[in-house]
Amino acid sequence: MPDRLPTSEIARAARLARLTLTEDEQQQFATQLTEVLGYVEQIQAVDTDGVQPMSHPHAAGLVERADDVRPSLDRDAALGGAPEADREAGYFKVPRVLGS
Amino acid sequence: MKAGGAVEVRDAVASGKVSAVDVCRDALSRLSAIDPQLNAFRTIAADRALARAAAVDASENLRNGPLAGVPIALKDNICAAGLEVTASSRILSGWRPPYSATVVERLEAAGAVILGTTNCDEFAMGSSTENSAFGPTRNPWALDRAPGGSSGGSAAAVAAGIVPLALGSDTGGSIRQPAGLCGIVGFKPTFGRVSRFGLLAFASSLDQIGPLARTVEDAALACAVMGGHDPRDATSLNEPWPDRGPRVGLQGLRIGVPRTLADGADDQVRQGFERAMDAARAAGAHVQDVELRYASHGVAIYYIIATAEASANLARYDGVRFGTRAGGAATLDELYSRTRGDYFGAEVKRRIVLGTYVLSAGYYDAYYRKAQQVRACVARDYGEAFERVDVIACPTSPSPAFRLGEKTADPLQMYLNDVFTVGANLAGLPAINLPCALSAEGLPIGFQLIGPARGDARVLDAAAAFEELLPWTHGCPIGAQQ
Repeated sequence: MPDRLPTSEIARAARLARLTLTEDEQQQFATQLTEVLGYVEQIQAVDTDGVQPMSHPHAAGLVERADDVRPSLDRDAALGGAPEADREAGYFKVPRVLGS
Repeated sequence: MKAGGAVEVRDAVASGKVSAVDVCRDALSRLSAIDPQLNAFRTIAADRALARAAAVDASENLRNGPLAGVPIALKDNICAAGLEVTASSRILSGWRPPYSATVVERLEAAGAVILGTTNCDEFAMGSSTENSAFGPTRNPWALDRAPGGSSGGSAAAVAAGIVPLALGSDTGGSIRQPAGLCGIVGFKPTFGRVSRFGLLAFASSLDQIGPLARTVEDAALACAVMGGHDPRDATSLNEPWPDRGPRVGLQGLRIGVPRTLADGADDQVRQGFERAMDAARAAGAHVQDVELRYASHGVAIYYIIATAEASANLARYDGVRFGTRAGGAATLDELYSRTRGDYFGAEVKRRIVLGTYVLSAGYYDAYYRKAQQVRACVARDYGEAFERVDVIACPTSPSPAFRLGEKTADPLQMYLNDVFTVGANLAGLPAINLPCALSAEGLPIGFQLIGPARGDARVLDAAAAFEELLPWTHGCPIGAQQ
C-alpha cells in the first residue's frame, strides 16, 4: 500500500484549481486519491521507450479558417446567463480584483 | 399508446396516419405516468415540445423529414437554446444556453421533437447516475438498481418506452454501459464523426455524442441525421456520415475476442457473451482470439487523461459568466473558490483535484505524459488487431445492474466498471452495445462490438445482423404497463 498522500498535496491541487475544500473533504480525498494513484501506478511498468505521446485520436493537426469577420454570439445573450451583469454597459460583474 | 420506434413514428407522421402533436401528447403522458418512479428526466419542456410538434405538422418539409415527429430526449449536458441545461449540477442550476448544439439543430431540422433533458451523473462523471445533484435515476428493470451512467436518464427513458430515441455522451463508456444495464442499443461513433459543438465538455479527446434506442436501425438513423463534418468543432472529421453500404452480415465476418479482457466479467455476463459468439459462429462468422496487450491499463490511463482534461474544461465554471455564484465573496479569488467548492458535487471535485495533481509540476511526466504514451500503445494494439479481424467483440459491463448505493463508498470500485468500455474512447473507435441475455434476476446483459476508426457503417451493419440473430423480446416491466 503506497504512502498516504498528505492532505497538503490535496490542498495544493485544490488551490491550483480554485476549489475550496473543507477539512473533511481534504482528508477524504487524501485517502481516496491515495488508492486511485496506487492503482494507476501500474503504468510505470509499461515500456514506452520511444513512443510518441498521443493527445487525441486521428490527430488532424491545426484546423484553420479564413480570418473573416463573422457574426458571433449576441452580447445581450452572452450576458443573459450570468449571475450578475450590467447588460447596458456590457459587463459581467465581479468583486474587486486588485488587492485579492 | 405504446411508443413506436423512431422509424415507425416517422413513417406514420409522413403518411398522415398520426399528427406530430398527437405523438408528442402521447409521449408526454407516458412521461408523466412513468417518470415519477424513475427520475429519468431533469427538465420537461412540454410547451416547447408541443409548439415544435405543431410546427412539424404545419410544414410539409418537416413532416417529410427523416425524424418527423419523433419524440426525443437530450442528456442534460447537451445545449438546446432556451431549455434549462445543468449537467445535473447545482453550479448550472437555472442556466439556459443561448445557443443550440449542432446535433440539436440537425435533429430539429429533421423534424424531431425534443421533450426535455435527462438526468445524468454530474458533468458526465460517473457510471451509475448516482452522482447527479438531483437524485439518482432508477433502472426500469428493477427500481432498486442503478441504470448505469453517466447517461442513465437517457437509457432509462428509452428502456421504459417513454421515448424511442435519446442522446447521450460517451467519454469512458457513458452511452454503452447504461445501454447495457438497461437492455437497449447504445452507440458511440468514431471520435470526430458527431459534432461536440454544444456538448458541455468533460474530456475533449474522449467525449462523443451518440444515440440510445431500442433498435439498431433507429440508432443508425439518428447518427445519419446528426453526424458528419461540422466546421464549428475543430476535431470534426472532414467528411459526411458514411452511407450504410451493402448489407454484409455475419457470414465470413472475422470477430476478434480479447480473451484476457473478456474473462474479467462475472459468470452470467460471460455466459451471455458466449451465447452471442455461439450464435455468430452458427451464422458463419469466424470468431478468434485477439490479444490487446495494453487493455489492462485502460482504466488507469483513462482516469489520468480524462481527469486532467476535465480539470481544464471545468475551469470555466467560476461563477462569473453563467450559472450559480456563491454569495458574499469579498474578492474575485474567493468568488471562484467558494462557488466551485460549494456548488460542485464530491465526484466532480475529486476528479478536478486528481486531474490538477497529475498535470502539476513534478508529476506531469510521470502521470499525464506517461499515460499519453500508453494511450498510443492501446491505439496501436487495436490497429494491429484490425489487420486480422473485422470487428472486436467483448462484454460491455463486468456485471448486470448493481444496487443503488452498492458502489458509492469506494470511487475506485466504481471506476473499475469501465474496464470494457474505455478502450474505444482512448483509441477513438466506433463501439455499440447490444442486449444479449437476461440474468437469473431478470436484469439485462449486453455485449459490445468495436470497429476500426471510421468503421461506423461496418459496426452498425454487424450490429443489425446480431440483432436479427438474437432478437430482444424481453419487455421491460415498467414499459409493459403502458
